[in-house]
Amino acid sequence: MDFLGILATSLTSAIGPVAAIYALAIIGLNMHFGYTGLLNFGQVGFMLVGAYGVGISVGTFGLPLSVGVGAGILCGLLLALLLGIPTLRLRADYLAICTIAVAEGLRFVYRAPFARDFTGGVFGRQNLSEGFRELNPFPPGRYGFGDITFSSPHLWTMVVTWSLVLVASLVMWSLIHSPWGRVIKGLREDEDAVRSLGKNVFAYKLQSLAVGGVFGALAGVMIALHQASITPDQFRPQVTFYLWAMLLLGGAGRVLGPVIGSVVMWFLLTFTDEMMRAMDQMGWLPFVSGGELGAVRHALVGLILVLLIIYRPQGLVGDRREMLVNVK
Amino acid sequence: MSSEPTQLGGAGGAAQGGIAEVSPHPGVAKPDPILVADGLRRSFGGLTAVDVERLQVQRGTITALIGPNGAGKSTLFNVLTGFDRVDTGSWTFEGGRLNGLAGHQVARRGMVRTFQLTKALTRLTVMENMLLAAPGQSGERLLGSFLRWSWARQEDSNRERAEALLERFRLAHMRDEIAGSLSGGQRKLLEMARALMVRPSMVMLDEPMAGVNPVLVESLLEHISALRDEGTTVLFVEHDMDVIMGISDWIVVLAEGRVIAEGRPEDIRSDQVVIDAYLGAHHDEAGRGSGDEAAEGIEEAR
Ligand SMILES: Nc1ncnc2c1ncn2[C@@H]1O[C@H](COP(=O)(O)OP(=O)(O)O)[C@@H](O)[C@H]1O
Ligand SMILES: [Mg+2]
Repeated sequence: MDFLGILATSLTSAIGPVAAIYALAIIGLNMHFGYTGLLNFGQVGFMLVGAYGVGISVGTFGLPLSVGVGAGILCGLLLALLLGIPTLRLRADYLAICTIAVAEGLRFVYRAPFARDFTGGVFGRQNLSEGFRELNPFPPGRYGFGDITFSSPHLWTMVVTWSLVLVASLVMWSLIHSPWGRVIKGLREDEDAVRSLGKNVFAYKLQSLAVGGVFGALAGVMIALHQASITPDQFRPQVTFYLWAMLLLGGAGRVLGPVIGSVVMWFLLTFTDEMMRAMDQMGWLPFVSGGELGAVRHALVGLILVLLIIYRPQGLVGDRREMLVNVK
Repeated sequence: MSSEPTQLGGAGGAAQGGIAEVSPHPGVAKPDPILVADGLRRSFGGLTAVDVERLQVQRGTITALIGPNGAGKSTLFNVLTGFDRVDTGSWTFEGGRLNGLAGHQVARRGMVRTFQLTKALTRLTVMENMLLAAPGQSGERLLGSFLRWSWARQEDSNRERAEALLERFRLAHMRDEIAGSLSGGQRKLLEMARALMVRPSMVMLDEPMAGVNPVLVESLLEHISALRDEGTTVLFVEHDMDVIMGISDWIVVLAEGRVIAEGRPEDIRSDQVVIDAYLGAHHDEAGRGSGDEAAEGIEEAR
C-alpha cells in the first residue's frame, strides 16, 4: 500500500480549490449560526444563486466575468432579503424550515423546463470560466512540491479562493470584534434581552443573513469559475449538511473554525476514501466491495463526527469555557 | 408578607413632586405622570390577564406593582414595553404614544425593562453585556463597524461608564468573566446595571430581588433609591412586603388583571380590599407565604 501517496492525495484535497470553496461557504454559515444563532439549513441555496449569477450572465447572455460575479453576489443578497423579511420576525424555527424549503425549491426552479432558456435546465451552463482563465498569471504546467501538485488552472482557483477566504475571515474578525458583532453575539444568547436594550433585532438578523448569504453566493461564483460548468443537481441539500458538519468540526463561533473544518474534513474524506480503496485492492475488505465503499466511508466520517461531538463538542478550535456555560 | 411591615413607612414619603397629596384610589390621576395608560386589555384565550382601566405613574417616584401570582404584573410589563400586543387600550410615555411600537423602540424612548427570568447574555463577558446596552453607538452599524477610529473613543467613554456602574453594583471584579459564570443574584444585578447603561428615564424591574441573597438585596435597595434620587422613575414588581413598604413612594395593587388599589404604603397597609385579595390568594395556595417562594411559582411569565 502506498501510504505516502494516499497521504499526499489527502493533503492535496485538503488544501485544494474545493476545500477553499467550502471554507468560504462555511464562513457564511458561521455568521448565521456560529455568531447569530440563525438556523440556516439552506446555505446551498445561496451557493446556487451565486453560481447561476455567473451561469446566466456569462453562459446565457455572454456578458463579461465581472458582471457575472456582481450578479452572483447580488442574487445572494436578494435571496437573503427574500428569506429574511418574512421569517425573521417569527420564531427561530420558521427560518430553518424556510431555508431548507427555499434552497430545494430553487434547485427545482433552476432545473425546470420553463426556465431552460435562462438556466439550461437540467444540463446547466457550460464554458463559464474563459474570462477567469484569461486572468490566470500561471503558465501551463504543474505546481507544488513532492506528490502534492496542482495544474495551473487549479492553482489559479486556489490562489483566488483562498485569498477570498482570507479576506472573508478578516472581514468576519473585524465585524465580530466590533460593537456590531457584540449585538450579533447577543442575539445568539437572547433576542429579547437585546431588544429590551433598544436594538432593532430584526434589522440585525437580516444584516447577518445578508452578510453570510453573500459569502455563500461568492462560494457559488467560485464553483462556476472553478468547474466552468454547473448543473442544478450539484446543489443538493447534502451540500448544506456537509457544510454544517465541517462548521461543527472546526468550531462554530470562531473565525478560524470554517477554515479548519473544511481542511480537516476534506482530508478525512479523501483519506478514508483512498485507504478503503487501497485496502479493497489488497483484498483486506472481504465484506464490502466497489459501490459499497462509498457508503462505508460516509459511515466512518459519521462515526468521527459522533466521537467529536461526544469528546469535543466545541469543535477543534472552539472555546470549551463557552460550551460549559449554563445557557439558561 | 407573613412578616410585620416595618415602620419605615415609605422612605420616599419625602413627597416626590406632590405624590403625597394624591388621593389613594384606583386609577387616580397624578400631578406629573411619566406614564399614562388607558383601557389596557390583554387576554389569552378566555383568560383576561390584564384589564387596567387607568393607570398613571408619577415621574421621579419609586412605584411598586404588587399582586398575587398570576395577577398580570409581568403581562402588564410586557404590554407597556412593546414585548406583547394589547387587545385594546392606549398608553403614553413622556407624552408620546407608545401603541404599536416595538420593544426596541420603547427602550429608545427611555423606558427600559428587565425580566422576571433573568436574561444575562451568558456567553458574553460581563463587560460586553454592559457595553452592548450603550445607546447610539456608531460602531453598531454594519458598515460603521469597520471604521474603528470612528467608534474607538465612544467605546472608551462607554467603557468608563460601564466600569462605574459595575463598581456600584459590586460586579467590577467579574468584568472579564462570561456572564454565564455569575450566580443568579449577580445576574439580576448585571441585568439592572445593564438596563442603566441605556440611560433610561424610567426603569421597569420585574422582581429584581428574587433569588438575590439578603446582603445583596440591601445594596440593591440602595441602588433603587439612589436611582430615584437621581431623577429616574422606577416601577418594580416585588413580593416582599418589608421591601415594598420600606422603599416605595407609591404602590399599585393588581389582582386578576385589574388595579384594585393604589396609594402610599400607609394607605395600602390598611386597605381592606388588598388584605382580602392577599388573604384570598393565601387560601388558594395554602402554605405559600413569602414572596420568594411565590416568585418561583409562576415562570410562564412570558
Ligand atoms: N403567553 C401566555 N399565554 C397564555 N397565558 C399567559 C401568557 N402569559 C401569561 N399568561 C397568563 O396570564 C396571567 C398573568 O400572568 P403574569 O402576567 O405572568 O402574572 P404575574 O407576573 O403577576 O405573576 C396568568 O394567569 C398566566 O398564566
Ligand atoms: Mg411575573
